[in-house]
This record gives sequence, C-alpha cells and structure tokens, in this order.
Amino acid sequence: MAERFTKSAARNIFYGGSAFFFVTFVALTIHSHYYMRTVSTDESTLTEGVVRGKHVWEKNSCINCHSILGEGAYFAPELGNVWVRYGGREDPEGARAALVAWMQSQPSGIQGRRQMPQFNLTDQELNDLSDFLEWTSRIKTQGWPPNDAG
Amino acid sequence: MKYETQGIAYWYFVCAMALFVVQVLVGALAATVYAVPNFLAEILPFNILRMIHTNALIVWLLLGFFGSAYYLIPEEAERDIESPMLAYVQLAILMIGALGAVIGYTLGIHEGREFLEQPLWVKIGIVIAALIFLYNVSLTVLKGRKTAVANVLLLGLWGLALFFLFAFYNPSNLAVDKLYWWYVVHLWVEGVWELIMASVLAFLVIKLTGVDREVVEKWLYAIVGMALFSGLLGTGHHYYWIGAPGYWQWVGSIFSAMEVAPFFAMVVFAFTMAWKGRRDHPNTAAFLWTLGTPVMAFFGAGVWGFMHTFSFVNYYSHGTQVTAAHGHLAFFGAYVMLNLSIISYAMPHLRGYAPYNQVLNMWTFWIMTSAMAFMTFTLTFAGVVQIHLQRVMGLTYMEVQEQLALFYWMRLGSGIFVVISVLMFVYAMFGPVREQALGRTRPSVMPAE
Repeated sequence: MAERFTKSAARNIFYGGSAFFFVTFVALTIHSHYYMRTVSTDESTLTEGVVRGKHVWEKNSCINCHSILGEGAYFAPELGNVWVRYGGREDPEGARAALVAWMQSQPSGIQGRRQMPQFNLTDQELNDLSDFLEWTSRIKTQGWPPNDAG
Repeated sequence: MKYETQGIAYWYFVCAMALFVVQVLVGALAATVYAVPNFLAEILPFNILRMIHTNALIVWLLLGFFGSAYYLIPEEAERDIESPMLAYVQLAILMIGALGAVIGYTLGIHEGREFLEQPLWVKIGIVIAALIFLYNVSLTVLKGRKTAVANVLLLGLWGLALFFLFAFYNPSNLAVDKLYWWYVVHLWVEGVWELIMASVLAFLVIKLTGVDREVVEKWLYAIVGMALFSGLLGTGHHYYWIGAPGYWQWVGSIFSAMEVAPFFAMVVFAFTMAWKGRRDHPNTAAFLWTLGTPVMAFFGAGVWGFMHTFSFVNYYSHGTQVTAAHGHLAFFGAYVMLNLSIISYAMPHLRGYAPYNQVLNMWTFWIMTSAMAFMTFTLTFAGVVQIHLQRVMGLTYMEVQEQLALFYWMRLGSGIFVVISVLMFVYAMFGPVREQALGRTRPSVMPAE
C-alpha cells in the first residue's frame, strides 16, 4: 500500500492540483473584478476628486495607523465607514466640515491619548480626501462592519 | 562547506540579521507608543514606525530566503553558484534599496499601500535583484543535479518574484485595488513562501536526520500540495468584506480552514523524520530550531489563523487586535524561525567551526519563542475584549482602546524580551566562538555536512 503513493505520484498531484486551483482562483478573480466594477462600487461617482483623494490617503500613509474596510494598522479608528459615523448620509456638508476641522486640529496634544500628526493638507487635498472617504463608505461590503463604531 | 560559493550566504545572513535588529528595535518603539501614547509623537509618528517595522521584516526575510538558496542550492545541484559576482550585486541592490527606504520613511518619503510603501525606485530595484537572483540560481540548477528540494524552492522563488509584479498595479477603485493587493500579500505568505519554507525545512531534515531523500521528498510534495490546494482559494478569507461577491464567504471559509493542514503535516513530518533518523547530528541548536519552526508555524499560522477564518467569526474579528496577534505569531513561527534554523545550521560551516555557542543559541530559542507566545496571548486577549466592546456593545474605537492598556503594557514587556533574545542570537552566531561541539556519541561518523 505504502509504495502506491510514490514520489512521482506526489509530484504529479502537486503540479496538477496546483494548476487546477490556480486557474479556478484566477477565474473567480476575473468575475470578482467585474462584480466590483459594476455591482459593489459605483464607478459613475468615482470622480477625479475621489482618485486624488485616494492618492492623498496613500501619500500620507494613513493606513499605517488607521484601517480601511478592516485592513491596516489597527492603531486608529476604522475609516471605511467614517463618513457614516460622522452623519454624512443625512448631512454631507456637515460631515465634510467636521472631517476637515478634525484633520486641521491635529495633533490634540492631550497627554495619554494617541496623537494624530498634522499633515498640513491643502484645502483641495482635504476635500479630495473627504470625497474618497465618502465614496468608500458606499462600497457594498456584505454588511461589514457590524455597527457604526467600525 | 562543500562548495566555495556557498560562502555568499554568509553576507546575506549578516545583512538579514542587521535588518532583524532594526525590525525588533523599531517594533519595541511602536509597542511603547501603544503603552505611552505621546512617546515620539512629534518626531517619529506611529505610521512611520510601523512602516519600518513591517518593511524591515519583509526585506530581512527575503534576504534570509536568498541566503538559504545560495547556501543549499550548490549542495543540491552539486555545483557552484553560476556567478558569485552577480549574487553580491544583487545583495548590494537590495541593501541600498532597504536602507534608502528606511531613511526615506523617517523623512516622510514613501508610497502608501500597506507593506508596499517602498518608493517606485526601490520596487524596481527589488525586481532587478529578483531577476538577477532567478537567473543565477535557475542556471545553477539547470546545469546541475535536479532534486525535489531545489525544484520546489525555485518554484517558490519564481512565484515570489512574479506575484510581486502586482505591486505595480494600483487601480483607482479601492475595492479592485484590494483584490489585487492580496495577490502580493496573501499569495506570498500563504502561498509561495510556504513552498520556500517546506523546501528549506526538507533540506535541513535531510542534513540533520540523515533520513533517505526519497522519503523526505515525497513528504515535501505532499506538504506543498496541501499548501497550494488550500492557500490559493484560501485567499477568499480576505475577500469577505472588501466589496467582493458573497460566494467568497463559502469559498474562503472552506479552503482557508484547510490551510491548517500543511502546517500540521510539517509538524508530523519533522518529528517523524527526527524519530526515524539514524544520525546523531552535533548541531543540536539547529535541530531545536528546525523542530520548533513547524510547531510554532502550526500554532501561529495554523491555529491562530483558523480561529478567525470562518466568515461568521471574521465578521466580528476582522481588523482587530486578534488579527495583529495572528500576524505576529504566524510570521515568527513560519518565516522568522525558518531563517534562524538555517542560519543556526549553516553558520558553523560558513565560519569553518564545529557547531559553536550552542547553549546560548538554545537559550535564545526558548526566550524568543516564549516571549512571542506571550505577546500573542496578550494581543489575543486584547482582541477578544475589543471585539466584545466595539463590535457587540458598540463602544467607540478610542473608548475601547483605553480599556486595553494593560494588555499593551504586557505586550511591550514581551517585546523587550524579544529584543534581548534577538541580540543574544546575533551574538551567538556572529560573536566570538567560545565553545564548540565535540563529536558526541560516535565521533568517527561525524557527518561532513
């Protein structure tokens, strides 16, 4: 019995099986790509501002403190739904003003509290970042996070 | 050392250990910020510390893999590395890139996708270095003996280089960005890196136990088969909540639950072979690391991953300290310990001594492993409390974090022990040789390799 499972059998199963699962994975990725662009995100609202805002998000390495859709550094609050938490669904202008004011007032300097750096963003960058966070909050994420706390 | 060009590995290991020290020192600083939030806030904010911590880890692990390849491929292929000069050029490119990146980060020069923050010139440098490396080792293997260990190692290293190319694709749609970002991150650590890990482990087992190569290599193919069959579709456990279709909750849950299998198989493999082995190898420290690696990988990557991989659990645990706990022990158990194993094994050959400073090395093993386990426990408890307060009770993020201070202090404590043990390891391997192993029971048949 033991001899039936030889080294070359193990090798062939490895190569054949891996190829099969890789092709399956790529096929599902292609479908997911299509699904994301047509169903779960709204590309008609993916404006220049959102694109620039994503760049602001990246250039300042926000993800190495915050998380977005649950991915990031877990050191600071989840921002995938920050727009919702700030009441952006009901009052977009109010949420935008609050986000901008928050960014501009950092660091708080409070002892014993985590400090967010002052990134000295321009008005344009602050607006673009808000656009990006607003757009992100509308991604259909299968109902995640469980509540507004993120 | 049978082949002169194996000596290339020495310099890769030196550079890897230098970055390892940077990684844990900066990690300790970041852990201090968790405990004392105002620490360094104005000089080096947390996001910069974390970038250095994670990037230094990735680069030193890669240097360790490259060094391992340069060490073991001559023995497997039974010929010298094609071009030692290219190997040193490759090392220089990587070190210039790594140091340039770290200095740049402290000055605020970086990109901003997690783990892929390297500036474009560094990314291009990594690709060039990878091409040089693949050319060099592939040619060596093609012209020499072809073994399963070398085949699987090469496949893993080719996959590593190919999937890194997704680092250059950054779509403006955040959901699509994340879909392919995982092609680098997941397909590295839960895919092709496992091929590298299994093949290096197989090499060590052959050398340390003397078990017949045919047996070891059959195990090797079975293990890497399990790794890819589960790990490829297991990527789905990252696709639950990023805007991907709902079927990933089924695909991801089922396949990633099976990602435990290859790690469990590695434990059974290493211990079975050690049991069967006839050889009483004098390098007991390397043996200890080699047996410890699959065990800690099984707990860190396997058990701690399994714990929150089902979508109905992950719905609550996603993006909390539970993820951090898993990340720390998985990287340590699988890849840090693997590198420390091969370094412990290879250094006596590279320096031309019988196995040396073994007692200190074994102390290092126990202190580092215990400290990492303790760190993982503290973060796990922090995560569970966080999940309950934040995801169930709905307290705000910052309110919850204040409740976790005790856990963060304990994590800092364990982190300091990790730093100490890392320095001990470096001293044991690269410091003065104070005691050497004598042939223990059968000096006349002391193995040459």
